[in-house]
Amino acid sequence: MDDRLVVGAPGRGDPAGDAPAAASRLSRGLLWGGAALALTVLASLLFGAGEVGPGRALPVLLGAGDDDASFAVLQLRLPRTVVAVAVGVALGVAGAVLQTAARNPLAEPGLLGVSAGASFAVVLVIASGASAAALGPWVAVLGAGAGCLLAVGAARLRGTGDDPVRLVLAGAALSSLLHAATSVVLLLDQRTSDEVRFWTVGSVAGRDLGTLSQVGPVLGAGVLIALLAARPLSALALGDDVARGLGHRPARARGLAMAAVALLVGGAVAAAGPVAFVGLVVPFLARALVGPDLRRVLAVSVLLGPAVVLVADVASRLLVRPYEMPLGVVTALVGAPVLVAVVRSTRMPSL
Amino acid sequence: MSTVEAPSAEPAVEVADLATERLDLGYDGTRVVHALDLRLPPGRVTAIVGPNGCGKSTLLGALARVHGPQGGAVLLDGRDLATLRPRDAARRIGLLPQQAEAPDGLTVRDLVRYGRHPHQGLLRQWSPGDAAAVHRALAAADLLDLADRPLDTLSGGQRQRAWIAMVVAQETAVVLLDEPTSALDLGHQLEVLDLVHDLAARGRTVVLVLHDLSTACRHADHLVAMRAGRVVAEGPPADVVTPALVRELYGVEAQVLRDPTSGTPVVCPVRRVREG
Repeated sequence: MDDRLVVGAPGRGDPAGDAPAAASRLSRGLLWGGAALALTVLASLLFGAGEVGPGRALPVLLGAGDDDASFAVLQLRLPRTVVAVAVGVALGVAGAVLQTAARNPLAEPGLLGVSAGASFAVVLVIASGASAAALGPWVAVLGAGAGCLLAVGAARLRGTGDDPVRLVLAGAALSSLLHAATSVVLLLDQRTSDEVRFWTVGSVAGRDLGTLSQVGPVLGAGVLIALLAARPLSALALGDDVARGLGHRPARARGLAMAAVALLVGGAVAAAGPVAFVGLVVPFLARALVGPDLRRVLAVSVLLGPAVVLVADVASRLLVRPYEMPLGVVTALVGAPVLVAVVRSTRMPSL
Repeated sequence: MSTVEAPSAEPAVEVADLATERLDLGYDGTRVVHALDLRLPPGRVTAIVGPNGCGKSTLLGALARVHGPQGGAVLLDGRDLATLRPRDAARRIGLLPQQAEAPDGLTVRDLVRYGRHPHQGLLRQWSPGDAAAVHRALAAADLLDLADRPLDTLSGGQRQRAWIAMVVAQETAVVLLDEPTSALDLGHQLEVLDLVHDLAARGRTVVLVLHDLSTACRHADHLVAMRAGRVVAEGPPADVVTPALVRELYGVEAQVLRDPTSGTPVVCPVRRVREG
């Protein structure tokens, strides 16, 4: 995936000493992303809404600590952290892929109705009698795929109008519609409501590794497809005709992108409910670090996605202690200003 | 970083023979190009000229396999281009469409590296050979000093040379450029056209779509004049460009003079005439 690190020794084989600037840019991005991820993982293990603070949690990580602290860190926070990392990778990669495929820096699964499609599908299936516990990730994946297609169709992603705001408007309308429909189902059906109320705002609290074993393969497939499609998708940033001239098939690349986004967002929603704005913020940060090339952005998003979700999750535990604020609420609090910043930036960054 | 010049001779460009055979092109039922028979002289610069909407850009896209024909065929060395896989076609034919756009912050080198895409695959990632090709393309376009600058900080001529360098890095036998000099001032136009001459001098078949007839006469070895999807004249510019042709193409009465330097035709419009 990483093609920037091929630097030949001067004078043999590689006349240009190829792209030291780009290589250092990528390594700097990976360094920052890696550091952020390491710090946030540590913070996620150390901080909680309950009584086990960093002072009692740290010894557990060093192999000591009391039983209460061990339980909180190893049985509660560790699985939760692992799920948050998986969700972060999925949403970061999905955001980067969706923005490139749509050539739109505002394309975000949460804004475009992709997450809402997944949630609605899950709520609908539970309301019609299925048990939330027995539900695999595929319902959410199908819902995400349908949401994707609807948003794209509504905005005519490939049409002549390349106005980034138009796609977001279409997506916002679709999102609202699906949220309303979800609310109606929940209002009408008390049992469903109890089962999924907390889930529909997005949270990684109380998730265990069983969640991950179901969702993991789905997310893995999504990441794999995203990586396979990365080169053709990055060429789409130069326009369809240029991409064709370079031997790519734009329609197929977009199809792969949609499949990847549906798998990633569907899987993430199945694990944690709809967590908005991560897919907007992460590629935004990644581009600021390593420039617009999709393959570099993807490499860095894999690190920054989990870091962003973990920051939000730690904040969700600390903001209203001893209670927890749902993760989806925190990401919205952080993400909405970023959205406004992107829209207000003097010039819409074009992709 | 670019001071150490390892010997990296450009691989010999195998000459390609590109032709069309009763080629029909169009979109959604509208026929744009009709039964076109054309042969592009290998290793020369061909300019396609004609009024707006005559189908010249559509033709260029079809030559690059960007869109398929509705009838007839594009032949590469006698073989139907549509039977080639897109990536194989892109190894022989490079295209720079009009109004190509790049994402913000993309550097010249990043752009030129895209030209290596047809030579890469899942199992064949970035190689020293690709790096050498990118270096050669940057050198050919005289962009080595600007390689790590973002495109949006360059002049129009430099930016256009960077786009052409991307196609050069593709190392194709055929290079197709759609209006490479539009929106450039005179100096920048010459900057780009000098690069085009260099490409042909190295054995590549170059096809340009140009809207300025005099520029086409000055810089092309072979002229293809199109109107309403058909070729109305074809040949060396000095032979085919006449007042009658200008009238037929553009509905303009013109005088055709000789360029005092190059001896090529120069078109001086006199007035519009009713078409008819």
